[in-house]
Amino acid sequence: MRSIAENDLGTPARESAKQVTLIIDGRSVSVPEGTSVMRAAALADLKIPKLCATDQLEAFGSCRLCLVQIEGMKGYPASCTTPVAEGMKVTTQNGKLAQLRRGVMELYISDHPLDCLTCPANGHCELQDMAGAVGLREVRYGYEGDNHVHKYVPGKGEANPRFVAKDESNPYFTFDPSKCIVCSRCVRACDEQQGTLALTIQGRGFDSKVSASVAESFLESECVSCGACVQACPTATLTEKSVIAKGQAEHSEITTCAYCGVGCSFRAEMRGEEIIRMVPNKDGHANHGHSCVKGRFAIGYATHKDRITKPMIRAKISDPWREVSWDDAIAYAASEFKRIQGQYGRDSVGAITSSRCTNEEVYVVQKLVRAAFGNNNVDTCARVCHSPTGYGLKQTLGESAGTQTFDSVMKADVIMVIGANPTDGHPVFASQMKRRLRQGARLIVADPRRIDLVRTPHIEAAHHLSLRPGTNVALINSIAHVVVTEGFVNEDFVRARCDLASFDKWRIFVSQERHSPEAMQDVTGVPAAEVRAAARLFASVPNAAIYYGLGVTEHSQGSTMVMGIANLAMATGNVGREGVGVNPLRGQNNVQGSCDMGSFPHELPGYRHVSDDVARGAFEAEWNVKLSPEQGLRIPNMFEAALDGEFKGLYVQGEDIAQSDPNTQHVTASLSAMECIVVQDLFLNETAKFAHVFLPGSSFLEKDGTFTNAERRISRVRKVMSPKSGVGEWEATQKLANALGYPMNYTHPSEIMDEIARLTPTFHGVSFDKIDRLGSVQWPCNDAAPEGTPLMHVDAFVRGKGRFLVTEYVPTTEKVNAKYPLILTTGRILSQYNVGAQTRRTENLAWHSEDRMEIHPHDAEVRGVVEGDWVGVTSRAGDTVMRAHLTDRVQAGVVYTTFHHPFSGANVITTDNSDWATNCPEYKVTAVEVTRVSQPSEWQKRYREFSDRQQELLRAAVTDVSVK
Amino acid sequence: MKQANRKVIPIQPVPGGNLPPEQRLAVQAAVQANRDQPGNLLLVLHAVQDRLGFVPPDAVALIAFELNLSRAEVHGVVSFYHAFRTAKPGRHVLHLCRAEACQSVGAAALEAHAKKSLGVDFHGTTADGAVTLEPVYCLGNCALGPALMIDDKLCGRVTPARFDQFVADMRA
Ligand code: SF4
Ligand code: SF4
Ligand code: SF4
Ligand code: FES
Ligand code: FES
Repeated sequence: MRSIAENDLGTPARESAKQVTLIIDGRSVSVPEGTSVMRAAALADLKIPKLCATDQLEAFGSCRLCLVQIEGMKGYPASCTTPVAEGMKVTTQNGKLAQLRRGVMELYISDHPLDCLTCPANGHCELQDMAGAVGLREVRYGYEGDNHVHKYVPGKGEANPRFVAKDESNPYFTFDPSKCIVCSRCVRACDEQQGTLALTIQGRGFDSKVSASVAESFLESECVSCGACVQACPTATLTEKSVIAKGQAEHSEITTCAYCGVGCSFRAEMRGEEIIRMVPNKDGHANHGHSCVKGRFAIGYATHKDRITKPMIRAKISDPWREVSWDDAIAYAASEFKRIQGQYGRDSVGAITSSRCTNEEVYVVQKLVRAAFGNNNVDTCARVCHSPTGYGLKQTLGESAGTQTFDSVMKADVIMVIGANPTDGHPVFASQMKRRLRQGARLIVADPRRIDLVRTPHIEAAHHLSLRPGTNVALINSIAHVVVTEGFVNEDFVRARCDLASFDKWRIFVSQERHSPEAMQDVTGVPAAEVRAAARLFASVPNAAIYYGLGVTEHSQGSTMVMGIANLAMATGNVGREGVGVNPLRGQNNVQGSCDMGSFPHELPGYRHVSDDVARGAFEAEWNVKLSPEQGLRIPNMFEAALDGEFKGLYVQGEDIAQSDPNTQHVTASLSAMECIVVQDLFLNETAKFAHVFLPGSSFLEKDGTFTNAERRISRVRKVMSPKSGVGEWEATQKLANALGYPMNYTHPSEIMDEIARLTPTFHGVSFDKIDRLGSVQWPCNDAAPEGTPLMHVDAFVRGKGRFLVTEYVPTTEKVNAKYPLILTTGRILSQYNVGAQTRRTENLAWHSEDRMEIHPHDAEVRGVVEGDWVGVTSRAGDTVMRAHLTDRVQAGVVYTTFHHPFSGANVITTDNSDWATNCPEYKVTAVEVTRVSQPSEWQKRYREFSDRQQELLRAAVTDVSVK
Repeated sequence: MKQANRKVIPIQPVPGGNLPPEQRLAVQAAVQANRDQPGNLLLVLHAVQDRLGFVPPDAVALIAFELNLSRAEVHGVVSFYHAFRTAKPGRHVLHLCRAEACQSVGAAALEAHAKKSLGVDFHGTTADGAVTLEPVYCLGNCALGPALMIDDKLCGRVTPARFDQFVADMRA
């Protein structure tokens, strides 16, 4: 069922410079060439009946309900498959057409249940609508014949062999074949929109029916539960379970997904303050009406019983929690921060902002740190993911952001994916990328693991550079070596656009024989011929685009690799137009935004250094306070300082550092050394177990604000229900600032955005009004680009001339040896999100109920490990236990796991190593040994005890109050 | 490169891992012979059926993997064409004509007799594994109806008695 708020024009829009004018039912209509008669009619507000057509999918022409008459044409052409022509005269309604359409409907209805009144699609069913539209009054064939509707043959007791029972295996939607009209919209949605091709029409004629994979249940099939088929289905055959349980929504509100950096736009379909379902917004600029299983379905966490909605405090983490009023909680936190600053100095406190929160919320937290704490001790979780992107791209191109829009991929001839797993991490963008690949673009994947994109139905990478973890820079240097020494440099581009002195230095550097693929193959493990072929392919097409993820940044040379990527793009002239570019795939929904908002200890909003007197002066004037020009502490420095006894108070906004940051035991030791930790979150997360003040947060459904996605696109988040805690997150921060003695008086998040716009040159033109009007805007948005900037560096680089930087490969100090012979690398999967605080509290557990360790069959055999065995994973930092999964997706010598479940303790094993420039942790390379074991690790036992104790303290708090 | 990709064992369970080895080899040979032809899926399916007499359901995943298609796509094609059988046929396949010309000279009665005497419906195989009964629409033998075909041999003017004789021969 499509959104209740959207109008279906029947067939997709066509782009053409040429307009065609035709007459439909006496009305003159002008549309781009290639448009269907059906769409042209819909644009003129004429509704032609239809069943198999929908404007999200290409026309199919199977239902024959959309017949029209066209002057000079024989018979009754289907309007969905007939393109417009100049001067065409179309009749959409007359007696003959009505008769034909009624005939078609009669056939459909004779094999369809007549339980409209109790059907979940009631009120929003296209079959029902069409029966009404064509004026169906009787069904001459009766309902007793051969059918798919009745469990038993009508009139007889025997089973009807055509009847197939409901499939309820998917946790979010049901498939009821008795209502299916075999329009194949679902099959086409899975093919065209999602690109998984999990559905087919099985059999032919009256036998045909929809089948998931080989007549499997949806859950067992190839389906990845994106929901596109559910949205495409015109009947109740595929329906959200939430709609079945609750009924139709009555209003809808546009908002933005709070999971990944794709930033899909959704219509939250509501009944009062209750959410009925999420439907991706057809007009969404990032997703064009598509979504993944997380954004569409995994929202149950927002109303999960684990949510804490009352503020709580305690003096020591061994004390039970005490529920208190907001005022008491804020007053306690403020007095503690003041006491600590009085006792240990101004720099002894700080804050960590969250990439999950809105721009406005992040902005007020960094403002609180700078203006109320009076230091620059603010950092963000982007530190642990994309800080090298910000640094590396700023140094080379001049701006800390990706260069393109997502749609740009549709013009790419070669797509290079490095250290990213789009089908799992950025699923909606992956679907778009797959669409382009199926049109013929070539694919190069550089990843230690054989990610799905390497080979998946209809997609096959031209080259999979299966490098050893930690050797990215060696690989990119080899590719650059081939480009430079084989004459693939785009000399014109480099001469016109780049800084030549830096280019010459770089050219000499990468030409050195020691960087050649042959010299490097023993380091990277990738055959030289393969590297050469990939480099030639990349450099020889008009448009080559690079997409990369955390497999690039989360290394000791993360920043170096980002620069290496920028160098390669510049040298081959692949920046500044559609189809090319350097595209970081941001992990979290608002990584880009939280970085833009000044969440770094050295940068004010808009990436201006705190020591920059002009920038700081502007903030001082607006904020009416003196600001520190001294760079503050980064997250790892905060932990160090805490262990040294110099850092005692921390305000953590919606982030779970105790689970997500590397070397968990080090993190928890630091947290335990602090005297006041304030955690603002939805749940008692791992970090909150070390906290003294808990401020209940609000989900994205409960707030107004903006998120900025991986394409710098600022989209609105809209409040569809009141905050469960009664207080919005920005309000809580504001209360805390006021209690600390620094006045803040915003009455609405839009005022915060207005202040951001005043103070940040790249945001000067941004306002809630403008976003509401345009749907979304991509920064820079200012006087020079009032409607935003989809493509960056078009005529010149933001920094003027593009700068090449020499990228020497330095092997990580994290080395394998006899004791730790395997390399562990980490990643994530489609159905879970990051630390899993949300997705673990949804039905997505059906797909991933535990983290497993992937190990190559050879490595497993040597260790006597078989599928499903418990294995201990030991690194220099710690050890944990999880179950093994044997697969050759990973190369021999490499093991891989996700970190979605706290008990797996994947980050107990990761180490303190980090990027040289930005301290982004080296999650992707840890030397480990794997052994078969029969019991949990020591850490897991301690974790479980501590965790159980903290849960008890929480329960104690609740009882405490109910007794009162 | 293509070759290198093909050798990999994908995620567990291995596609077609449940196939008996001789069937697995037959499927792989069919794939090898036809992979690079246009319309390779139909060619592969025909080749598999020629070798094994049917397309085993467990072969779908293997064929899908080898041709880089989804299992659903392969299933859609196998189920669309009546020519593909998904269960092991009997030692002999008996195609019985149901088209008009034969109908007009008693094919319906013959069909009823066939089903009753064999104890199977169309597409079924007799319990002793001797005969599989399949419908067919015109064998081009209209002048000599009712017609049927036993394996590759065409027979005309089939009466119930002659039918029984054929069956007895097949069982012999
Ligand atoms: S939910 Fe998505 S992947 Fe699953 S069958 Fe439907 S369209 Fe395909
Ligand atoms: S399930 Fe829905 S979309 Fe799919 S064929 Fe049936 S009616 Fe059409
Ligand atoms: S792709 Fe990302 S933004 Fe889009 S629905 Fe999925 S999780 Fe949300
Ligand atoms: S809508 Fe045109 S044929 Fe179905
Ligand atoms: S109708 Fe039976 S052979 Fe032609």
